[in-house]
Amino acid sequence: MSILLDGESRIVVQGITGREGAFHARQMIAYGTKVVAGVTPGKGGQEFEGLPVFNTVGMAVSEKRADVSCIFVPPPFAADAIMEAASAGIKLIVCITEGIPVLDMVRVMAFLKGLDTVLIGPNCPGIISPGKAKVGIMPGNIHREGGTGVISRSGTLTYEVVDQLTRAGLGQSTCIGIGGDPIVGSSFIDLLTRFKEDPQTKGVILIGEIGGTAEEEAAEYIKADFPKPVIAFIAGQSAPPGRRMGHAGAIISGGQGKAQNKIDALKKAGIAVQLNLGTIGKAALEVMK
Amino acid sequence: MKLHEYQAKDVFRKYGIPVPNGQLISSSDQTSRASQAIQGPPWVIKAQIHAGGRGKAGGVKLVHNPYEAVTAVESMLGKKIVTRQTGAEGVTVNQVLIEEGLDIERELYLSMVVDRAAMMPSMIFSQAGGMDIEEVAARTPQRIFKERVDPASGWMPYNGRNLVYRLDPLPSPNAVKGLLSVMDGVCRLFSALDCSLVEINPLIITRDGRVVALDAKMTIDDNALFRQKDMLVLDDPREKDPLEQMAEKYNLNYIRLDGNIGAMVNGAGLAMATMDVIKMAGAEPANFLDVGGGANEEMITKGFEIILKDRRVKAILINIFGGILRCDVLARGVVAAAAKTSIRVPLIVRLEGTNVDEGREILRNSDLKFLVAKDLSEAADIVAGQVS
Repeated sequence: MSILLDGESRIVVQGITGREGAFHARQMIAYGTKVVAGVTPGKGGQEFEGLPVFNTVGMAVSEKRADVSCIFVPPPFAADAIMEAASAGIKLIVCITEGIPVLDMVRVMAFLKGLDTVLIGPNCPGIISPGKAKVGIMPGNIHREGGTGVISRSGTLTYEVVDQLTRAGLGQSTCIGIGGDPIVGSSFIDLLTRFKEDPQTKGVILIGEIGGTAEEEAAEYIKADFPKPVIAFIAGQSAPPGRRMGHAGAIISGGQGKAQNKIDALKKAGIAVQLNLGTIGKAALEVMK
Repeated sequence: MKLHEYQAKDVFRKYGIPVPNGQLISSSDQTSRASQAIQGPPWVIKAQIHAGGRGKAGGVKLVHNPYEAVTAVESMLGKKIVTRQTGAEGVTVNQVLIEEGLDIERELYLSMVVDRAAMMPSMIFSQAGGMDIEEVAARTPQRIFKERVDPASGWMPYNGRNLVYRLDPLPSPNAVKGLLSVMDGVCRLFSALDCSLVEINPLIITRDGRVVALDAKMTIDDNALFRQKDMLVLDDPREKDPLEQMAEKYNLNYIRLDGNIGAMVNGAGLAMATMDVIKMAGAEPANFLDVGGGANEEMITKGFEIILKDRRVKAILINIFGGILRCDVLARGVVAAAAKTSIRVPLIVRLEGTNVDEGREILRNSDLKFLVAKDLSEAADIVAGQVS
């Protein structure tokens, strides 16, 4: 098992003829992911690496039975692309795009309410179930199949952690970058709920950062209802308040979102908080074994 | 992107939100003409800077005659103001707003932000106007009222009533009407202009029952500037750190901090974590710099230039996790950049990920002096050794 994504997932890439979309679609295929189609409005009928390109996601669903979408559409059009995928019946939408206006995401989340669709991102590296499939931009070669789940608000920071896990001999069940924006489709809790039910996942690494209160909420949930071991890391202990640290969502404002608040909440919930990024792999090995 | 108070008040006028009569001046000899054009005395002289907390720092003055007005303007224009939000260096005041002084009966607080947890905009209203709202929220949360905006319906009149009718005592019927209208205006401009913050503190009721926005703060969502061209022209680059401005030009995410260890990292999360590693090693980061997942040689060079322009920097830590960006490509970029820029401080390089062996080989064979760290822990130790 793994969560959300496995070897049977059938992926459509929205924006497959763009520079980023084309590059990463090839990487996903090279990893062994079942990419079945691409979508670029106006370019329907063309081919990409032998795959059909359609004008709409609806056509990719009816012609090729796509059930997962990976979005590489520029920010002004990304909200529309997410809603198109959801309305076409896609069950898992992974939006890589960085720079979507926050009020567009307000509309997207209102649109998704009540639908049976999971949105990962935006502004995220995507999701990988090692050895089965990868949907996103993470380097596949650093991952190994195994029993550790990873949930993170960051990209390269996740690669750093995954690399340490793999070196320590800890493979991963599924790794998800939930995105660095203030509003994202899936929270830590949404994914922890799935990891709880997944027999392959023996424990979870949670990588948070400054901004918002998602980590505090996750701490409450883990304390109350998550039976597997969890290790947490929070980036931004030295970040000044009021400044956006690269990610649109990484900002301490109104006294909320400080790293220390998050670390305190996690520790209070009995979660092992790793303060030193350099030794997180070793620490995980101790907790997971 | 932040707006100045006078810019936000211009926007308010367009959305029917009453603001005091006022004029913007940028030299003190314009003071008397401006004060003659505005009802008074008294007048209020307000320094136009983005940072909050200017009232306590001498950036807001009430004056009672034209002579005092000139003195107040001269005490601000061209001078630096240091507030709790500016850092120790302060910011220079380039413009001053002169406004009519109003007869205040009551001070309230009104703002709108995007509530991240609820995933919708939320209006915040409080009787405790003119105070630090974070403190009010911490000490007396029962004095803060909130009303969320359902994206399907937008702001409805009942949302406003839910807030205004909680005031105790209730203001006059005219003032109630005025408050409802201001709330409606704030909500309309918040969504029309892609705001991430609109704040009026204080929102006042005058003795004759008028509702007026005495102050105005507006922040536009940077991600929405592509469709907010009218707002984009209001950007005031003089308010930004010159190095941050230079970084912006090259699409680099750079934030200047107070320490002396420069850092260059790919990815925002890793960049933040690297700052933390520096701090834990007993040193202080001089900057946050995320060159991005797809940095090229030119971006690396520019990043280097920016870090080195900061004279306080005593050592530089380069922390790169090669993913899609390969370490060998990166190492070549670093070597080329180092050759172009004279480096006067120790350079600590930590490379990991795709093609790391080739990357390290390139660094070893270059004639530049690098301290190579095999992992993050070692990098931190070397950094600490450099500054101790």
